[in-house]
Amino acid sequence: MSSFADTTFTSPERIRNFCIIAHIDHGKSTLADRMLQLTGVLDERSYRDQYLDRMDIERERGITIKAQNVRLPWQVGGTDHVLHLIDTPGHVDFTYEVSRSLAACEGAILLVDAAQGIEAQTLANLYLAMEHDLHIIPVLNKIDLPAAEPDRYAAELAHIIGCDPGDVLRVSAKTGMGVRELLDEVVRQVPPPQGDADAPARALIFDSVYDTYRGVVTYIRVFDGKITPRQKIRMMSTGATHELLEVGIISPDPKPCSGLGVGEVGYLITGVKDVRQSKVGDTITLEKGGATEPLGGYRDPRPMVYAGLYPVDGSDYPVLREALDKLRLNDAALNYEPETSAALGFGFRCGFLGLLHLEITRDRLEREYGLDLISTAPNVVYRVVMEDGTEQVVTNPSDWPTGKIAEVHEPVVRTTIIAPSEFVGAIMELCQSRRGQLGGMDYLSESRVELRYTLPLAEIIFDFFDALKSRTRGYASLDYEEAGSQTANLVKVDILLQGEPVDAFSAIVHRDQAYAYGTKMATKLRELIPRQQFEVPIQAAIGSRVIARETIRAMRKDVLAKCYGGDITRKRKLLEKQKEGKKRMKMVGRVEVPQEAFVAALSTDETGDKGKSAKK
Amino acid sequence: MASVLPTGEPAPADGSLPPEALRGLGSRPFGVYVHVPFCATRCGYCDFNTYTPGELGSAASPASWLDGLRAELGLAARVLGQAPPADTVFVGGGTPSLLGAGGLADVLDAVRDAFGLAGGAEVTTEANPESTSPEFFAGIRAAGYTRVSLGMQSAAPHVLATLDRRHTPGRPVAAAGEARAAGFEHVNLDLIYGTPGETDDDLRASLDAALNAGVDHVSAYSLIVEDGTALARRVARGELPAPDDDVLADRYEIIDTTLTAAGLTWYEVSNWAASPGARCRHNLGYWLGADWWGAGPGAHSHVGGVRWWNLKHPARYAATLAEGRSPAAAREVLSADDRRLERVLLELRLADGLPVEVLDAGGRREARTAAAEGLLDPVALGSTNGAPGRCVLTARGRLLADAVVRRLVG
Repeated sequence: MSSFADTTFTSPERIRNFCIIAHIDHGKSTLADRMLQLTGVLDERSYRDQYLDRMDIERERGITIKAQNVRLPWQVGGTDHVLHLIDTPGHVDFTYEVSRSLAACEGAILLVDAAQGIEAQTLANLYLAMEHDLHIIPVLNKIDLPAAEPDRYAAELAHIIGCDPGDVLRVSAKTGMGVRELLDEVVRQVPPPQGDADAPARALIFDSVYDTYRGVVTYIRVFDGKITPRQKIRMMSTGATHELLEVGIISPDPKPCSGLGVGEVGYLITGVKDVRQSKVGDTITLEKGGATEPLGGYRDPRPMVYAGLYPVDGSDYPVLREALDKLRLNDAALNYEPETSAALGFGFRCGFLGLLHLEITRDRLEREYGLDLISTAPNVVYRVVMEDGTEQVVTNPSDWPTGKIAEVHEPVVRTTIIAPSEFVGAIMELCQSRRGQLGGMDYLSESRVELRYTLPLAEIIFDFFDALKSRTRGYASLDYEEAGSQTANLVKVDILLQGEPVDAFSAIVHRDQAYAYGTKMATKLRELIPRQQFEVPIQAAIGSRVIARETIRAMRKDVLAKCYGGDITRKRKLLEKQKEGKKRMKMVGRVEVPQEAFVAALSTDETGDKGKSAKK
Repeated sequence: MASVLPTGEPAPADGSLPPEALRGLGSRPFGVYVHVPFCATRCGYCDFNTYTPGELGSAASPASWLDGLRAELGLAARVLGQAPPADTVFVGGGTPSLLGAGGLADVLDAVRDAFGLAGGAEVTTEANPESTSPEFFAGIRAAGYTRVSLGMQSAAPHVLATLDRRHTPGRPVAAAGEARAAGFEHVNLDLIYGTPGETDDDLRASLDAALNAGVDHVSAYSLIVEDGTALARRVARGELPAPDDDVLADRYEIIDTTLTAAGLTWYEVSNWAASPGARCRHNLGYWLGADWWGAGPGAHSHVGGVRWWNLKHPARYAATLAEGRSPAAAREVLSADDRRLERVLLELRLADGLPVEVLDAGGRREARTAAAEGLLDPVALGSTNGAPGRCVLTARGRLLADAVVRRLVG
């Protein structure tokens, strides 16, 4: 259906750019869908739940990874307006992308579940929005739920953003109750974009997506001037120029248009094939008569967490390489290089923004490319200063220097945890055990508390979130942001099988935790590795100093007593099966280690059940 | 409910064999195995192809089985053409002694009718102690049997109870004495070790009892918890502990030490004999690639590199033969690689060992490593006197025989 919003170059005072800040499952996608429906851009028939969340993984995990945007018509008091809803990614690993989406908006709807209250991540994104001077409209969702406590959480929101509890809107995205009024308030409260239509063009890239058919689709918000098709544009961070093949808007399907003016949001297609050539946060200008000053805030995506990814079946290595090459087209933050592990064979050392980014990438590799992968324990990036004054950046424990180390710098993060106040003790204990420094504590309400800790990133990338959830019966929420680095007494612990170090199990840990790590791994491996024809010592060592030891006793019996009468066939087939099984073993020196032992040893699963089945 | 047959290619309905399989027939030892698929009751650990009267009902009987057996042996004689006389006959089961001396005499007559017996043929029947008597032994001796294999399993009452064995502890020893009194020079006692609840002392007592019975052969098998058996279900339910490999290794060492001290030496991983003449020639045929025709439900045969196996159920077995068709369920024609693999797998189990030349270069290298590790006898492996070397397992190597095989075949 057509509307006045189909035509671009709308006067800026009729435009409102806003986003929705919400926690997973607090109803952001439902609200967005409802807005699409009420503004008429999505009719009842094509309406489907969670329209804006496109990828399967996002849907399953209930999170939005990639921001989308949509142009909506809305009338208030008989005047036509254009609303640009910019969808923000919702996880801690994507803080930078969130900040670029926020930079494209003048206002934000703070959407909070009326039965649950605000969560740590929402709070972090709220603060981010406030730093960008966005106008905040507080909204409680799911007020139709029997468990809703709108008065309680309205008071909480009012306390946090410093407004009157009566200013907090109440909606049900599911039933549509209050959503029209909310759209009216967006027009009334969110300031219109400001910009100079006659100045050289400047547009912010807030998302960049690879499409198999069209190449890279770049989402932009125009700040000054205008962007029209068939011009040459310049990426201000690199100076690269591209032909503009198409400019368009999303409503909610892509539609080519005659261009975008001040304050408008839309997409560009230039024919580039890799999102690295069209980076989030970069400023676009025209090649001729272009701007000289970019919009602020650009930075290159920087991996914070590294892990090795290996195919379980070594012959899948080329498939993994191809899959990573394809994923990278759509993921400017993913980086990788080939790596060889004595234990795991050929794989890739991959850098990620954070643990979720790692998990999503791994998930997609397994699901979309049918790969079976082992990932090594993730580690952060260390800066190691040697006594001779030289420095090394270590992204892989295998590269830990052997000489005399003067100091080691590790990244730290500022962490925000929100939880019911009864769990404060448990949370403090956990953070303390992970070398956390308490930065502050605030009661958001009588029963909910916000704790701020500075923690080494290395301490939270492995199983911190799981530990936090289990100690708070699932009620705690967590957010973190980079906060520089600190020196720490870190050592590399190697795990040796029969004197041979197993690179996949080496870890950088705090000296006080080295013994615990060594003992844990040695015990785990004793359970996981089947007995061999000889005794196998398992040692944990710092350099040449052994700190823990276990022994796998030699296997004494491996013979079938009987040949089952004359049934030789059965015995030969059993032998052939065993030979096949042997091929899947990885050799560490003379020790045969089943692939499952590596998988289980590297998993965070503490129950040990996997170990028992792998032992067979 | 019994062990699962392998999968193979279809066997011809007339039972015919490829000409190359028949080549050389008679130049190798030729044996006949007869499978008796009947037991009075089913023991909880057993997954052999055997049936109780209750399981069979009127579908099959010893009489219909014997008719089928005669028909199959007749077919065998036709298929093999110039069939050599049988060097060995082995009647196993099931419980052959349930047929009685008369029944076993009929079985042997059927074999004689089909092939004849070679001079000095070894003719063995298995027997359960509780279904034997002096008259039984005298009867089968007169019929031409030369060797008896008795299922003793253990001398400990609680072990016999766990195994569902019905005989009283003293009965196997008494039966062995009766067999010897009836003129049997070669008597074997079968032992099972590692049964849940068995102690080292229980095992020693069983060995003492077996040795006191004056037999010239002992077989000792570790208890294997076979899928689908009542024992497996009890272990799965946690009622009984699964046999522990280290305990089984200890028990094997007790057995080997005790029997060796008493003058019985090992000639196969699970078999000990008082003299070379006391070794079971029929079973040696299995390990040395001899030809044999296995007759009866579920029986396995091997002739000249072709292995096949019969339909398992006695009723189907009898019905198929009654229609004039071969009872073979399926067969496989062994490739050269299969045959080499089998030689390593089987001959390595023997005290005489595996000739080194069967192995490829990698296998020979592994053999030397295994000798250095104390798994193979370095003297037998080396060719100090110019004779070709052989791979012979040491006592420790015997317990790791399957692992050694995997190494030798790469």
